[in-house]
This record gives sequence, C-alpha cells and structure tokens, in this order.
Amino acid sequence: MIYADNASTTKMSKTAINAMLPYFDNIYGNPSSLYAFGQEAKEALESCRARVAACLNCEPREITFTSGGSEADNQAIISAARAGAKKGKKHIISTAFEHHAVLHTLKALEKEGFEITILDVHSTGLVTPEQVSEAIREDTCLVTIMFANNEIGTIEPIKEIGEVCREKKVLFHTDAVQAVGHVRVDVKEQNIDMLSISAHKFHGPKGVGVLYAKKGIVLTSVINGGAQERGKRAGTENIAGIAGMTAALEEACKNIDENAAKTVPLRDRLIEGLSKIPYGELNGTAQQRLPGNVNFCFEGIEGESLLLLLDDKGVCASSGSACTSGSLDPSHVLLAIGRPHEVAHGSLRLTINEEFTEKDIDYIIEAVTDVVTYLRNMSPFWRDLVNGKRPHVFAK
Amino acid sequence: MALYSEKVMDHFRNPRNVGVIENADGVGEVGNPVCGDIMKIYLKIDNDVVTDVKFETFGCGSAIASSSMATELIKGKPVSEVLQLTNKAVVEALDGLPAHKLHCSVLAEEAIKKALKDYYDKNGIEYDKSLFPDCDSCAHCCDQ
Repeated sequence: MIYADNASTTKMSKTAINAMLPYFDNIYGNPSSLYAFGQEAKEALESCRARVAACLNCEPREITFTSGGSEADNQAIISAARAGAKKGKKHIISTAFEHHAVLHTLKALEKEGFEITILDVHSTGLVTPEQVSEAIREDTCLVTIMFANNEIGTIEPIKEIGEVCREKKVLFHTDAVQAVGHVRVDVKEQNIDMLSISAHKFHGPKGVGVLYAKKGIVLTSVINGGAQERGKRAGTENIAGIAGMTAALEEACKNIDENAAKTVPLRDRLIEGLSKIPYGELNGTAQQRLPGNVNFCFEGIEGESLLLLLDDKGVCASSGSACTSGSLDPSHVLLAIGRPHEVAHGSLRLTINEEFTEKDIDYIIEAVTDVVTYLRNMSPFWRDLVNGKRPHVFAK
Repeated sequence: MALYSEKVMDHFRNPRNVGVIENADGVGEVGNPVCGDIMKIYLKIDNDVVTDVKFETFGCGSAIASSSMATELIKGKPVSEVLQLTNKAVVEALDGLPAHKLHCSVLAEEAIKKALKDYYDKNGIEYDKSLFPDCDSCAHCCDQ
C-alpha cells in the first residue's frame, strides 16, 4: 500500500510512540493530584509545555493543550470575538478557503451579530497582506487566516499579514495545522498572536493539539469544568498524547529542512508526471506550496470513483468531489480558487512525505494515468468534451 | 465496514454493458456535470424487447454500479417490463446503497425511462406521458 494521504493523518513516529508509553502504566497519575505520584505527571506535562514552546519560539505559559486543531481554532476565534465584543468590535476577517473548524465557528458568530469579511484567495490560492490591510476596520477584532491550506497546500504570506495586523493593532490567528512540522513556524518572527496545531499531522497521536496565544490575550474557555490549563481548558490532561505530540514535534522541527529537501523533488516529480495527463491542472500555485502536497483537477471524471480504483491499486488518496465530501457541493477550497463545479468533482489530492521513493511516485503517476483514462472512456461527459459538445475548462 | 456492498464493488470494478450502441433505438441521458453525475443509456429494441443495452456514466462508484446493474436487469426484457423498473429494484439487486447514494439508483431508473421515451418518440408510438417525469433539471436529481 502507498499511503499518499498524509494531509489527512500520518503514521506515528517510533519516537512519539515510545514517548507516550510511560504515561499509560508507569506515570499514570493525575497531574492535578497533590501527592508526588501525581506531581510526577505534572512535571512531565510542564516539561512538554516548555519543549513545545521552544519549537514555536514562545513562552511555555503561552501554550494551551487542546484535543486538537478544531478545538484550538474554536477557542482562538471565540476568545478574540468575546474580547472584541466587550470593546464593541464585532468584525472578523478571514478567507474563503479556511478549514471548516474556522468557517463554521465564524458562521456561528455571524448568527450572534458579528460581521465577517471573507477575502478572495485568487486562482493561486494566495491572499495578500494588502487585501488584509484594506479589509481591516476600526471595529475589526480578529484576522484569522490559515498558514497553509489543507487541500491545495498553498502557504500564505503569514509574516507579512501578521505585520499588517500588528500595525493596525488587530489580533491575528492562524490555523497552522498543515504547516507545523513541515515548514518553519516561529510565532515571534512571523508576528503571530494565536496559532492552532494538531499532533497527528506530523507523526504524533490523534486527539491532541495546541493553542498558542500570546501573553496578554485572554482566552475564553470552550470546555468548562476543572481548573486545568490555567482554567482555560477543563478536563484531565491527555498526558500520553501530549508527550507523544511533543516528541513528534521536536523530531519534525529538527528534521524540517532535511525532510523538505527530500520531499520537494518527489512532489515536483509527481506534479510533472500528472501534468502529462491531458485536460488536468494543478490546483494552487506550484511555488508557495507545502513540500508534500499535490492536488489536481481532471476534466470528465468524478473523484470518488477515482479514489476507489486507486485504492484497488493500493494508493490511498483523497478528493474534493461532492460524493467524497458527503454534501451536494464539491470542496469549498476548490470553488474558492475558482474551479467550476464540474471540474472540482474531478479532483485528486495526494500528500506525500520524505519516506516516499521515486519508484512510489512513478507508480502513483502510472496508476492515476491509467484510472483517469479508464474512467474517461466510460464517461459521457468526457465524450461530450472530446466531441466539442461541451467546452473544456482547461486549455490542454 | 466497507463503504459499499460487495455487489456494488463488483459492478463498479467490472461494470457490465459499458459502451455505446451506434444507431440505438432509444438513448436517454440524465444528470448534469455540475452535480457530478451523468448517465447515458443506449437501447436496442427488436419486437418490443430490449435486445441490447449499453451505458456510459460520469459519476461516483455507486453511480457506475447502479448503471451496470440496471442494464443487467433490463437486458432481454420486454419493453412493458422495463417500464416497471424502479430504483428500488436496482438498490435491492445491489444489496443496498448508502442513504446518501440512493439518488444514483434514481438516475439509473430515469435514464432508462428517458431512453424508452426516446424510442417511443422516434417511432411515433403512443404512451402515457405521466410515466416519464421530466428530468432535465439538476436540482431534481440532486434533491434525492
């Protein structure tokens, strides 16, 4: 099997698994307990906090452990909204292709009376700092723009957007779930006020993440209960998960350049190979792109059948077609970069990592080429495109 | 649990009757590229019997499997019997479809009915118009 769906989730690293094991049986105490056995767990927790902070270049107290990226996104946005509302600021800026954890939270706030400005991400999948600057108003309380897109892998100009927000004194949150561990993230250098992380995207465990919030930002609790995480996130800490995440994060950050140097040429080989399929096109810019992300649209075919046949050939991938999204519409990300519905249904995302070989890549190229050709041969839509009864979307 | 039954996967992986019938006696196409599925059915009819049937489908696994199964169900059958085909029969023959995929079986039924209507129209045969719901709008198909 070739697992080419690493943006969906990753295999845990041995280092991360080993880092978790002691907390299941040996150090299983509750960090909130007073006795030494509990405090041992507390020390482990605080050590993890310091190590995670070091990876992001922030203070340990600026780190809140969460159940994952979605919770971190929810908490960051709700916190900024509540703080803004107190000052009469109820305007938030975001983009059209954010993760649903962001978009649905914004939608809920809109129902409460917040006004949301959604910035265009263009055909490149990139938003500009100028767009952000122009959209900021007197009553803007938050700018939330993802670091790198989960579907098309485009990397936003985070540092520059952060600079604009700093100048205009508006909080800046970034959903960095796809970026952390894959590209350099430094909250100080990149002017980030709040940032969301999910461990399982960089070979850590599922169900654990981080919300970084710069000193001085008052967080609103979204999980109410005990006083864990300075009263900002109730619930007994997931120590094993946190330990696994910390180990995975350190490993990923240590090897970030080396991994990218291995992955980027493989990614480009894959892009080049798939570009040979006629009437297909890469989604999002080829330049500012995550090392492991490849995303194409192919005319005349539908994504779910493509995935099922690739699965038969041992390739795990994903698609933004309506049938795979479980809704009637294809991926909002593909629509946001201007792909028409009929093309967005024929999308394919392949997300690789440094463990891939050229042989794997060539196998994927052959498998995708074969499956696309096979499906086109039974597609009346493709026949119409070939016969000129319907217009092509792509030039070639 | 797998997404689809073994029957669905069998008909998806090895679709029966894929292709085109040149000079078909009846052709029916339903669906729309915006919705992400189009089915086209070609019928050869001799003495009121469907002697051959082919299909082309743009769509998901269950759309391809539904077309394949529907063609199997009508091949060799008299037109009067083909008219009775329901999407439910297609679903049952496939050992079920997930709830959000039932519309694929509806498309198969409608594509076949549309091909029959085309056959009647081409040959000037009288028929009960109420048997053929209009299916040219995408919303109709997507609303299932």
